Amino acid sequence: MDFTFSDDQLAFREAVSRFLMTEAAPEMLREIWETDVGRSPDLRHRIAEQGLMALSVPESCGGLGMDDVAWSLMTQELGYYAIPDSLADTAYVAAGLIAALPDSVPAREDWLRRITDGSIRIAVGHPVNPLVADAHPADVLLLAHGDEVHAVPRSLADVVANPSIDRSRRLGRVVWEPNTATRVAAGEAGRALWAATLERGVLSVSGQLLGLAQRMLDLSVDYTAQRKQFGKPIGSFQAVKHHLADVATRIEFAKPVLYRAAHAVARGDADAAVRVSHAKLACGEAAWLAGRHGIQVHGAMGYTWEVDLQMFMKRAWALDASWGDRGFHKARVAGFVLGDAAALGPGRTFGE
Amino acid sequence: MDLAYTPKQRAFRAEVRAWLADNVPRTPLASYDTREGFEQHREWERRLFDARLSMVMWPEALGGRGCDLIEWLIFEEEYYASGAPLRVNQNGQLLLGPTLMEFGTEAQKQRFLPRMAASEDMWAQGWSEPNAGSDMAAITSKAIREGDHYVLNGQKTWSTRAIYADWLFGLFRSDPASSRHHGLSFLLVPLDSPGVTIRPIRALNGKDAFAEIFFDDVRVPVENRVGDEGKGWHVAMATAGFERGLLLRSPGRFQHTARRLVALYQAHRESADRDPTIRDAVCESWMGAEAYALSAYHTVGRLAKGARIGDEASTNKIVWSELDLKMHETAMRILGARGELVAEAPEAEDGASWLEGFLFAQAGPIYAGTNEIQRNIIAERMLGLPKS
Repeated sequence: MDFTFSDDQLAFREAVSRFLMTEAAPEMLREIWETDVGRSPDLRHRIAEQGLMALSVPESCGGLGMDDVAWSLMTQELGYYAIPDSLADTAYVAAGLIAALPDSVPAREDWLRRITDGSIRIAVGHPVNPLVADAHPADVLLLAHGDEVHAVPRSLADVVANPSIDRSRRLGRVVWEPNTATRVAAGEAGRALWAATLERGVLSVSGQLLGLAQRMLDLSVDYTAQRKQFGKPIGSFQAVKHHLADVATRIEFAKPVLYRAAHAVARGDADAAVRVSHAKLACGEAAWLAGRHGIQVHGAMGYTWEVDLQMFMKRAWALDASWGDRGFHKARVAGFVLGDAAALGPGRTFGE
Repeated sequence: MDLAYTPKQRAFRAEVRAWLADNVPRTPLASYDTREGFEQHREWERRLFDARLSMVMWPEALGGRGCDLIEWLIFEEEYYASGAPLRVNQNGQLLLGPTLMEFGTEAQKQRFLPRMAASEDMWAQGWSEPNAGSDMAAITSKAIREGDHYVLNGQKTWSTRAIYADWLFGLFRSDPASSRHHGLSFLLVPLDSPGVTIRPIRALNGKDAFAEIFFDDVRVPVENRVGDEGKGWHVAMATAGFERGLLLRSPGRFQHTARRLVALYQAHRESADRDPTIRDAVCESWMGAEAYALSAYHTVGRLAKGARIGDEASTNKIVWSELDLKMHETAMRILGARGELVAEAPEAEDGASWLEGFLFAQAGPIYAGTNEIQRNIIAERMLGLPKS
């Protein structure tokens, strides 16, 4: 029993953090916000150069073959720097789906190799999300038709943009016609792929929400330690301290829930769905509170366009309801906890 | 990350589970806040000790088993899942015990720890004073050195179950010219010493659950001092974070309560569902208890790898105390009009155990450092915000 990360995993996270700190500064995020496509090919290229697109790709296709547990650290960094790119959709969620396709799908290996070298963008249209993120700049869209999985070239789909309050999010309504040429899985196999993709998608945004929460907390600590009123930093006042202590506590107790969920998905545990929904709720609530208390301790500055807090706050608001809103995840937890077969109580935390 | 228990850990769990199944009293003991219940709980502690299960983490020479922290978590899970009695000597065993292991002399360890493990000595705390509550450095009770003794004068208060206890550990001002956290010494005081007067304080539950203690020229041998003279604050604080954070309230206790709450909800589902927020609160209780357990395993794993527990331990106390409160509030809402019935009421549900837990849960955010103090610690030491 060892519920911790290896030194290698932690060093990897540290390296990702250092890379993104320089490559994804808030000023650059603002520049990308103002572009039409909302994506920077240059940033994606540098991310691929670092090998970050290759994490989920099997080693046989030139990737690193990392699992969901490693991604639970990686997605926190993506959230912390609010990467304006659907990096995780392609490199984690879509890569996981494609890697699980049978070898009989001719393009499978080509897609995986192109994910690794950063030359393909893949959008995932899971039925739980009404709109598809990054459909517009995608090369390939993975779309659902009943249980079927279709890999649709961008040229065969129409995308109607639906702008979000989070300018890093580029959402689209996808209009397309299924046909046998685009179908890559169907029936039981398709159902299983969409089910596994759901858990990965939820884990991905959960980690990002936690990273966003941490960033908003750090910004708020920096601001309240500097800003003076009544002749003192406002961060010395208890009312302000307690707001931020509550955020720190919420983050601290969401982390292990995320890690447990990631491990459950990686191992294919029977209770993975419940663990994942618990993680989404815990991380979403941490991010939501970090935003609310963050803007409060920033005072009027928090309501401005100028202060960076808004970028992280809006992203948190948007991601909180993506990949299943709270009602969806609460229903999954309730179905387990209040169900007849639930193994509850001490000693069941690791599925014994 | 390897989330499977080892064969040794599984065997230990099986052994503990079997022993508890054979030994946990069939009928609940009387409240340990009464004389009768206190002695029943002491008796239970002796049985645990005889099975070497009272302090599983302590070395074998001191009556324990030398278990690591994972095994301790396993023990706690089984302990609370079995419905075994609350631990009556916990303040001594979990707060003073580790302090003695770190700062005590060899003679002190030999003298006090085995008897503590066996609950032959029952320990009460002596921290708070009438004017030193959250501001503990305002302590004024004195311990003036006279040869090989200290002479104690002053008053301590809020000392849990002190009227039934044998010994007290606490902080006294040994340097009368000192102020704040300087010049304090950590002393062990027999409560039958001449000059000690203990007056019970009736608690919310109507029982003498805590007490105030008056010291009137009480002579305590110098050998009863833990750590250096004048360094008592350091001794008291050094182990405070971890003990308050994790040891004092292990996750099994709250997971057990969460499971009972789910069962209570299911038994009263029809009436409970008239308030649609109850169902949500029940599920959140389960999630909260699981999160606390996961956090404990994560922390314990990091400690095993050589990490030192940091100021984030203060987040634990907030989480478990607020979770406990929320679970008991939810139970009271489910019970509705019968929630107020005390144990003697013929129509009380489950011996009024939810009501008793609800009353005790009110104290959680207050004792062991109020949650406001914990939030200050988090803000100042974990987040680095300036002191007020």
